Amino acid sequence: MAIEVRIPTILRSYTGGAKVVEGTGDTLGDLLTDLDSRHSGLRARLVTDAGALHRFVNVYVNDEDVRFLGALDAKLNDGDSVTILPAVAGGAFGFAAAAAIAQHKLAAVATVADGEAGRRVSAAR
Amino acid sequence: MARYDSLLDACGGTPLVGLPRLSPTVPAGAPPVRLWAKLEDRNPTGSIKDRAALFMVRAAEEAGRLRPGDTILEPTSGNTGISLAMVAKLRGYRLVCVMPENVSTERVQLLRMYGAEIIFSPAAGGSNQAVATAKQIAADHPDWVMLYQYGNEANARAHYETTGPELLHDLPTITHFVAGLGTTGTLMGTGRYLREKVEGIQIVAAEPRYGELVYGLRNIDEGYVPELYDATVLSRRFSVGTRDAVLRTRQLVEVEGIFAGFSTGAILHAALAVAHEAARAGRRADVAFVVADGGWKYLSTGAYGGTLADAEEALEGQLWA
Repeated sequence: MAIEVRIPTILRSYTGGAKVVEGTGDTLGDLLTDLDSRHSGLRARLVTDAGALHRFVNVYVNDEDVRFLGALDAKLNDGDSVTILPAVAGGAFGFAAAAAIAQHKLAAVATVADGEAGRRVSAAR
Repeated sequence: MARYDSLLDACGGTPLVGLPRLSPTVPAGAPPVRLWAKLEDRNPTGSIKDRAALFMVRAAEEAGRLRPGDTILEPTSGNTGISLAMVAKLRGYRLVCVMPENVSTERVQLLRMYGAEIIFSPAAGGSNQAVATAKQIAADHPDWVMLYQYGNEANARAHYETTGPELLHDLPTITHFVAGLGTTGTLMGTGRYLREKVEGIQIVAAEPRYGELVYGLRNIDEGYVPELYDATVLSRRFSVGTRDAVLRTRQLVEVEGIFAGFSTGAILHAALAVAHEAARAGRRADVAFVVADGGWKYLSTGAYGGTLADAEEALEGQLWA
């Protein structure tokens, strides 16, 4: 038995369009290395050069966020289900629109009351 | 029953009710594991967002950012808009909501009833279109005030000062608190308060996992994490799919008579997971979870009837939490 991995739309170019792929590994880090041997480039989209999960990638093992299970050291077992998703919590629209407005206001106004207008966060590419 | 000077004063103070039928059964003599529902649908406009809306408006008034007659602009896909519309009406402000087309019709009708103006962003354009719409509105109206619930400390403070103390008062033996993760205000505020007061408390997040249409081609190199979010407040975080959320929402009304929205189903799914874990391990647990709103606003989705597969299909592409 292997570990089932669900791939988000945006990363399916690495899996030949497959929504679900299989891999093996005792930890999430091992699994991603195993997947990268068949789907070259996938691991680099998920893990930073410093060896941490990218900020805007969420990975779940059996529906639980791996950041609370040891991140790349999270233990895996045969039959586990791993889901990879872009980091979009509830109110996906709200995040996008609110951040856009906040960014506009930051640009338009030198000082923003309460420092609460927020910042648009963007990972280094 | 209590009496209040106005609707705004009636915000919070919601009941905490036990769920004896949904709580896991434990062997005789084993420590009890109990589930408790915090009925936030009993707030003035029917959702937990009333707390945040009231605190955010009050904070802006005290800071001099809001003056009578001002216009509030808020991007929201539902409950926050409805709460803000009520507060704005009673405090003398105009509210403009920017929201996607793919939200339930009840939400739109409610917002209009409360007096809010709505600007739609095309669902087909996805988040890129939403960003463009929002930018344009802000550019056209630099004098409008955005409370920005994702980064407004008053959002989390509402829960630190009200939800948290209410829970501890009603359930001093609380071991777990489970709530939905969106702006993160509920979990951050309530979580911080309970961590200060209850040793070993587990703060558990349940986030909705929508259908693929919602995530679409979202780039993973860019994203938005609410400024309020501090991962160290949480103990665990679950992602709950549409099917599980619908299943639990139906179970909650069928077994315990609580008619809730789908985000509550997602929260219950996570609450049941930690409750059953405790029961299997023979540990005592008092698991309190949030009923974020009632089910009324989601009836038109059709997801309360038919098979689970039908419901999942009905909610595909919708922001159900």
